[in-house]
Amino acid sequence: MIAFIARRLLGTFVLLLIMSFVIYALIGLMPGDPIDIAINADPNMTPEDAKRLKAIYGLDQPIVSRYLAWLSSALQGDFLFSRLHNQPVFDVIMPHLWRTILLMTISFVLATAIAIPLGVWAAARPRTWADYTVNLFCFAGKSMPAFWLGLLLILLFAVQLRAFPASGFETVGDGSVGDVLWHLFLPVLALTLLNIAGITRFMRGEMIGVLRQDFIRTARAKGLSNRGVLYGHALRNAMIPIITILALEFGGLFSGALITEIVFGYPGMGKLIFDAILGSDFNLAQAVLLFTTLVTLLANLGADVTYAAVDPRISYS
Amino acid sequence: MTIQMLRLMRNALFAIALIAPGIQAAEGKGPRKTLTIGISQFPASFHPLIESMLAKSYILAMTLRPLTIYDAKWKLVCLLCTQLPTFENGLAKKVELGKGKTGVELTYTIHPKATWGDGTPVTTKDFIFTWKVGKHPLSAVGAVELFRRILKIVPNGPKSFTLTYDRVTFNYNEMSGLMPLPAHLEAGPFKRPRDYKDLTTYNTNPTNSGLYFGPYRISQLVRGAYVVLERNPTWYGKKPFFQRIVVQVIPNGASLEANLLAGGIDYIAGELGVTVDQALSMQQRFGSQFKFVYKPGLIYEHIDLNLKHVALRDIRVRQALIYAIDRQKISKALYAGRQKVADSMIHPLDPHFAKGIKTYRYNPRKAAALLDAAGWKLKGRWRHKDGRRLRITIMTTARDRARELVEQILQSYWRDIGIDARIRNQQARVFFGVTVSERKFPAMAMFAWLSAPGSVPRSTLHSSMIPSKENNFRGQNYTGFVDKEMDKLIDQAEVALDAEKRRRIFRRIQEIYVTKLPVIPLYYRAAPFVLPKWLHGVVPTGHQYSSTNWVEHWYAK
Repeated sequence: MIAFIARRLLGTFVLLLIMSFVIYALIGLMPGDPIDIAINADPNMTPEDAKRLKAIYGLDQPIVSRYLAWLSSALQGDFLFSRLHNQPVFDVIMPHLWRTILLMTISFVLATAIAIPLGVWAAARPRTWADYTVNLFCFAGKSMPAFWLGLLLILLFAVQLRAFPASGFETVGDGSVGDVLWHLFLPVLALTLLNIAGITRFMRGEMIGVLRQDFIRTARAKGLSNRGVLYGHALRNAMIPIITILALEFGGLFSGALITEIVFGYPGMGKLIFDAILGSDFNLAQAVLLFTTLVTLLANLGADVTYAAVDPRISYS
Repeated sequence: MTIQMLRLMRNALFAIALIAPGIQAAEGKGPRKTLTIGISQFPASFHPLIESMLAKSYILAMTLRPLTIYDAKWKLVCLLCTQLPTFENGLAKKVELGKGKTGVELTYTIHPKATWGDGTPVTTKDFIFTWKVGKHPLSAVGAVELFRRILKIVPNGPKSFTLTYDRVTFNYNEMSGLMPLPAHLEAGPFKRPRDYKDLTTYNTNPTNSGLYFGPYRISQLVRGAYVVLERNPTWYGKKPFFQRIVVQVIPNGASLEANLLAGGIDYIAGELGVTVDQALSMQQRFGSQFKFVYKPGLIYEHIDLNLKHVALRDIRVRQALIYAIDRQKISKALYAGRQKVADSMIHPLDPHFAKGIKTYRYNPRKAAALLDAAGWKLKGRWRHKDGRRLRITIMTTARDRARELVEQILQSYWRDIGIDARIRNQQARVFFGVTVSERKFPAMAMFAWLSAPGSVPRSTLHSSMIPSKENNFRGQNYTGFVDKEMDKLIDQAEVALDAEKRRRIFRRIQEIYVTKLPVIPLYYRAAPFVLPKWLHGVVPTGHQYSSTNWVEHWYAK
């Protein structure tokens, strides 16, 4: 197992190195840069000014030399300054990351906690009204655009009921735990509703497949209770593909939810990444994209390790 | 397990819903001491000279003041200075600079009570330091032309100085770009000019009270979310009504609206809030709850025509394009007539606007006749000449809903007279970064210009300003317009001190512009202000100097 993890970690490092160049090159290959746009926004800026600024920000250098300079700093632990925020990259990322982890983890835990039993419950009653209702909810959840659901929730809870704030993550000057949770309510609700739909569908599908298998019939023949069959035998077997899905979702916990963040004015990683890419903020975009890549790779590694724990037939050497 | 979990969740939601209104009600009690403004963008930096961004100038206008500014009546006035230097009052004097060049010496006196928030007076030293920063090639200041043109600054005492400007222009005493930096705080970071953009106190410690001398100072901020401004005790002007102003950033029009209705914000800033169509839709539904002000501004929406295009080289085709579109109807249908149709690049509120120049009203017959005369004959659905179909491509910034809608309407108007107009839009960074700036748009590029009152259109209409590879894509004459008379008039306009003479020159400039038509004027964009009924004193300006420059006059009643 240790040798397996070590090999995977080495592979992760190599992949990160390749990804770092790919990300840098992709952003660099986009035509135009922020200084070109600035010259159109500011009638007082001359082309000479633009040339000078490009030199100051290093945008006049070939992409490969810029990348090598970045890599050399990054390997020494210095991720440089964000051009868009005029702050060290880590100082920019940390508050956004913390807020994103808070938002996404709560909605992820809630969605998983609701979706798995809901999927099992629906699978145990195939082709009944209960199953159809769950399916309808899942299809609605999957087809509903995030911004639309967000606005509906704002209209209901913030505008009509005035029970929760329409946006932001804290009341100015407050920031207590209760206040933060109060602000988190609507974005968490939106994300949870959207996530429940996907996970429930997978769970239901997997469970229906497992419940048709012979060992389930044997378990029932042995006189096990329905609850024992569902949660003791079927769920454990249905969990392997679900773990894969949850591992992939886990990577998303750190990259944020762009649309939800915009609708709820929540300053998280989604908007930060979006602005960094569009604004050609190489240092910031590199750091956040590599970080989310790393988390996704580690989550996948975690999923592989978990398979062995869930299914005794799986072992690594 | 499921039922237990659902019960637990239901109870939790019930508990939160019970306490939530209490929290909000507690905020609403007492006299209005706080004003919460919603805007759609967060500033990249708070340094007054680094990065030009509307969100930044909107917020900084509450904390700092330039020497001079154009007011809401578009008149140049002093903000930090005590008297505008003019030739008449003797504070401006022409000087010989050698080699036949004439400059001007301008004497400004800083307001005697102007003091930085930490108690340090605003002095001549600050202006000299600012000038040094501005003209330093490594300081990352964007628009350095002003600082380059200032040849020297000589102190006449701690609160007065004389600066020498390298030319005599009609707006010689306008120093709106000269925003002082606190030398006592910024001299340290500026010892490393290359790193100054990162090390400046405006970035490392933006809540330092010594950075501001305006009616408010930044006391708290969360990047990407909000900025809190508190009254500045050292402010020398009228005491502001609001103790605290919160600028909340909500990067989405619909969310801004929801926040306004939910009471999360009090006011949507016209400078940086919702679009005119969004405001109109709000007005229809909630018109009785708020005040809606549509301020026509200096943002000039237009279509640049690439004069390299085989058909657009012919002036008759250009005229046909404008006769074929009903701009009044577009403005009425999409913007309830709030965006005034433009007849030229000069706004009617600008002192240089010329009345009675040629205008183009919707006349599709005339458009068809002009195309016939130009040799573009109708064959079937489309017009052709020498076996080639009259096809033009119109481009603009992708995802700009309002512009994309206008494009489709224009396309339909042009189709009616046999012009095959194709739409091809691009991301703003590609559109402005390459396509427009390198003149790579095949026929038409739709975008907007933001200018100051009285701007001379040198960069957009002078023949020396056509971007090309040879001149390293210098200039903004993207149409490729060449007219000797126009060049001469632009040169004259910049140095004409006599107001009447300058008006005559500008009239001729506008006549040539609308006759030769290198650009199709569309309309002047309006800024929609959505204000609560209790908020008074907000006077939209319509130009790039935002209403927050007079924030001390805002009050609640």
